[in-house]
Amino acid sequence: MDFVSGLRCRECGRGYPAEALHVCDFCFGPLEVTYDYEKIASVVTRERIEAGPRSIWRYADLLPVHDAAPVDLGAGFTPLVRADRLASELGLGELWIKDDTANPTGSFKDRVVSVALTKARQLGFKVAACASTGNLANSVAAHAARAGMDSIVLIPHDLERAKVTMTAVYGGTLVAVEGSYDDVNRLCAELTSEQPDWAFVNVNVRTYYAEGSKTLAFEVAEQLGWQAPDHVVVPIGSGSQLTKVAKGFRELWQVGLLDEEPSVRVSGAQAEGCSPVATAFAEGTDAIRPVKPNTIAKSLAIGNPADGWYALDAIRSSGGSCASVTDAEVLDGIGLLARTEGIFAETAGGVTIATLAKLAAQGAIRADERVVAMVTGHGLKTAEALTGVVGPTATIAPTLESFGDALGDQLNTIRSQRSS
Amino acid sequence: MTTVRIPAQLRTLTAGAGELSIDGSTVGEVLVALDGAHAGFAERLFDESGGLRRFVNVFVDEEDVRFLDGLATPLTPGQTISIVPAVAGG
Repeated sequence: MDFVSGLRCRECGRGYPAEALHVCDFCFGPLEVTYDYEKIASVVTRERIEAGPRSIWRYADLLPVHDAAPVDLGAGFTPLVRADRLASELGLGELWIKDDTANPTGSFKDRVVSVALTKARQLGFKVAACASTGNLANSVAAHAARAGMDSIVLIPHDLERAKVTMTAVYGGTLVAVEGSYDDVNRLCAELTSEQPDWAFVNVNVRTYYAEGSKTLAFEVAEQLGWQAPDHVVVPIGSGSQLTKVAKGFRELWQVGLLDEEPSVRVSGAQAEGCSPVATAFAEGTDAIRPVKPNTIAKSLAIGNPADGWYALDAIRSSGGSCASVTDAEVLDGIGLLARTEGIFAETAGGVTIATLAKLAAQGAIRADERVVAMVTGHGLKTAEALTGVVGPTATIAPTLESFGDALGDQLNTIRSQRSS
Repeated sequence: MTTVRIPAQLRTLTAGAGELSIDGSTVGEVLVALDGAHAGFAERLFDESGGLRRFVNVFVDEEDVRFLDGLATPLTPGQTISIVPAVAGG
């Protein structure tokens, strides 16, 4: 049994039962799951969590659905990697990378989809659907296959090839829409009214789906020995992940899993070609003006971010910062992380690393802070963004002579590095 | 006449109808006329200052009115207005 007490509108406070509802009937504000934290605190312990599965489901007490056999491909409990070489390049002290490229379909979306479809199945849904910039498409198609559900996935027509293949292979219905993600999203919001029997994970099941992102915070704290970090850097698409990461640290404190009250500065990362939240932060306003995205970071190309307000609020109230980076900086960020730490991130990860670098250079992230950067998707998904950027050092005939001609000078350098 | 598409959350106001035909020369006029025909729309769509609530998105033929002239966006006959909750996606 779960510890959900109901749903509540974040805007006007009206209460709702824990069903497939995502929007307040009165003001259209987003609904949020409410929990009985006292009851959770009375059962949850570090030992109970540590004895659980090595997945997001070890935190089931803090999730909006309990199920003896959840819809699960093993999402979560991804590595938290100490990144000393990257830290020293950026002039930072203690830096960690939350490597969510290690999830079953290669992105953090497995966390939210596992929660959403487990709840959807309990609510009686047979069809899983979503609007996606790619990563969610991969994850919904895979988890629906795992659960024996039909899937209907809608994506913008111009996604990276790998993300299309990684969705289509699972055999569900995949619809490419001639428009931007925001067009796809509006279409899905309208479809939800016409197809109430479909569980659109990020529309009518969004209230539950979004809670899955809290597990990023739970894991980071557990992996740091049940301590919260001082500063986290989170990419912003819809703003949901950042908002839920901030909530996750607070909840751990609320239910007694941390010794010290966390004071985590939360900073946001956006691509310059789609930076409505970073722009509002820079201008000091509450008004998030929608934009028409134009960036290689397609998984973050949401011009009208549903949780933009809340992300902005989480950043400001925590003393964090927010910045945007150019596509060239995104590619540099991907290269920097790969070269220094051996982690290959998708373009959204490049946004995070480039923003981390920028905020460190500005002094907004300090060397005396324990910093965690969220790297949320695998580089193979967006490999085409690196076409012409990286490639073979040399292309040669299969002879020693050709090898020596092409690489002679470089070999001397490598040799001298080894002997020094 | 402008066709107005009503989301499921507001169909309690329209006796279940998902689409209505309403007269008006701007988006704002149509939405006010909608409230005249089916009381209850105005308090749900508009905030205290008369603007659209921040989680209400309105589209004219697939374009967000925030990229047009907002509530002052002029309409030509045959266009479709969609009212869509903003809370989706990502």
